[in-house]
Amino acid sequence: MRNVWIFISKYNAFFLLIIFLVISFILLVNNNSYQRASTLNSSNQLVGTAYERINNFTNYLNLGSTNDSLAAENAKLKAALKESYFNDSIVQGEVKDSVKLQQYTYIVAKIVNKSIHQKNNYITINRGSRHGIKKGMGVISSKGIVGIILNVSPNFSTIQSLLHNDTRISASVNNNIGSLIWGEGNYDSRLAILKDIPNHVSVKKGDLVTTSGYSLFPAGLEIGRITKTGIKGGDSFLDIEIQLSTDFSTLQYVYVVNNLLSGEQNELESQNKTE
Amino acid sequence: MGRVILVNLIRFIVLIFLQVFLLKNMGYYNLAVPFLYILFILLLPFKIPNGLLFLLAFFTGLTVDVFYDTLGLNAAACSVLAFVRIIFISLTVQRDGFDNEPDPSLGIMGFRWFIFYAIILTFSHHLILFTFETFSFYEFGYTLLRVIFSSLFTVILMLLAEFIFFRKKMR
Repeated sequence: MRNVWIFISKYNAFFLLIIFLVISFILLVNNNSYQRASTLNSSNQLVGTAYERINNFTNYLNLGSTNDSLAAENAKLKAALKESYFNDSIVQGEVKDSVKLQQYTYIVAKIVNKSIHQKNNYITINRGSRHGIKKGMGVISSKGIVGIILNVSPNFSTIQSLLHNDTRISASVNNNIGSLIWGEGNYDSRLAILKDIPNHVSVKKGDLVTTSGYSLFPAGLEIGRITKTGIKGGDSFLDIEIQLSTDFSTLQYVYVVNNLLSGEQNELESQNKTE
Repeated sequence: MGRVILVNLIRFIVLIFLQVFLLKNMGYYNLAVPFLYILFILLLPFKIPNGLLFLLAFFTGLTVDVFYDTLGLNAAACSVLAFVRIIFISLTVQRDGFDNEPDPSLGIMGFRWFIFYAIILTFSHHLILFTFETFSFYEFGYTLLRVIFSSLFTVILMLLAEFIFFRKKMR
């Protein structure tokens, strides 16, 4: 205890300073509105900064749920948009020509869902049986062919895309008919393979591949251009790789080909089988 | 002894009077504001006990505060001033070398020592005063500028006062 007193008396100036400074400070803060407000302010600032930091941190933790709620809100808002109401109007480009009989009409449709990276890809469009779409119709885009209508509901249809293992489309190159397939080791959405072109046909890189007119599509529609050609060992058919002209990844609008004469054709062809 | 108290009392009254009635209205755009009253604390005798020095400094500051409506502000600055004064004097002056209770005035201590003493003490006082007045380190550069200009102003006034009441006394 004695040592403490000695210490204090030795450095009395410092302790006196502390005492008088504290007294003045108390007077200052208690009696001057500016400093009082300032003290509260600075302490508030301290607390506020701490809260802000913690908030910044917890924000990250809540990012997932915040995202979910935002996405839900977005969906709600989008549902209220004009675009989310089903557009029922159908424009079928039909040309009245008395000389020629119209064989094909086109129904424009917007893609609402699609896949391109699967082994078997499908596309959903916002047109269905109410708009005259039937199972088995061909689907084309402004650049090339897209696929075949697989299933139809009143308002929607699904398309078995060209990018599907089971899709076979009759294609012609230099007036030779082959079969266009996709898959079998090639899962690039930009490439397809043309089969069944005999060896003796001369095809060059860059040759145009079109639809043959034998199947669902009108003849002469562009499918793509040949990028690679060659002969597999021992095979009597050429192995042709085609760069598709349809860009499936950016596809938005498609045309459903309505073959007005397909019913008649099918009816006739089905007689062959029954006979 | 009695004479010392009387002289300091008169000095106190005169300086406070000057400060609150004349110098309070003086200043250069709030940038250079003189606080001459601290000359009273500067000129207190060397042999004053620390406790009494602090008490006097505190009440001098408080008196000015009462007139300035800034209770505690000048008192705090003067407390710091007293502390700096104790340190400065203990570093530069041998207390035992005096025979008849001298004051730390210009005439006795010489010009060089006095101006150094005045500048250091005034600067510390003004630094505390203006910092506490602003009460934040926001725009500290401006506060520092005020401190420097005000210190210059105060020191010049101090020198003027000291030369007016110049008493040549040899140590």
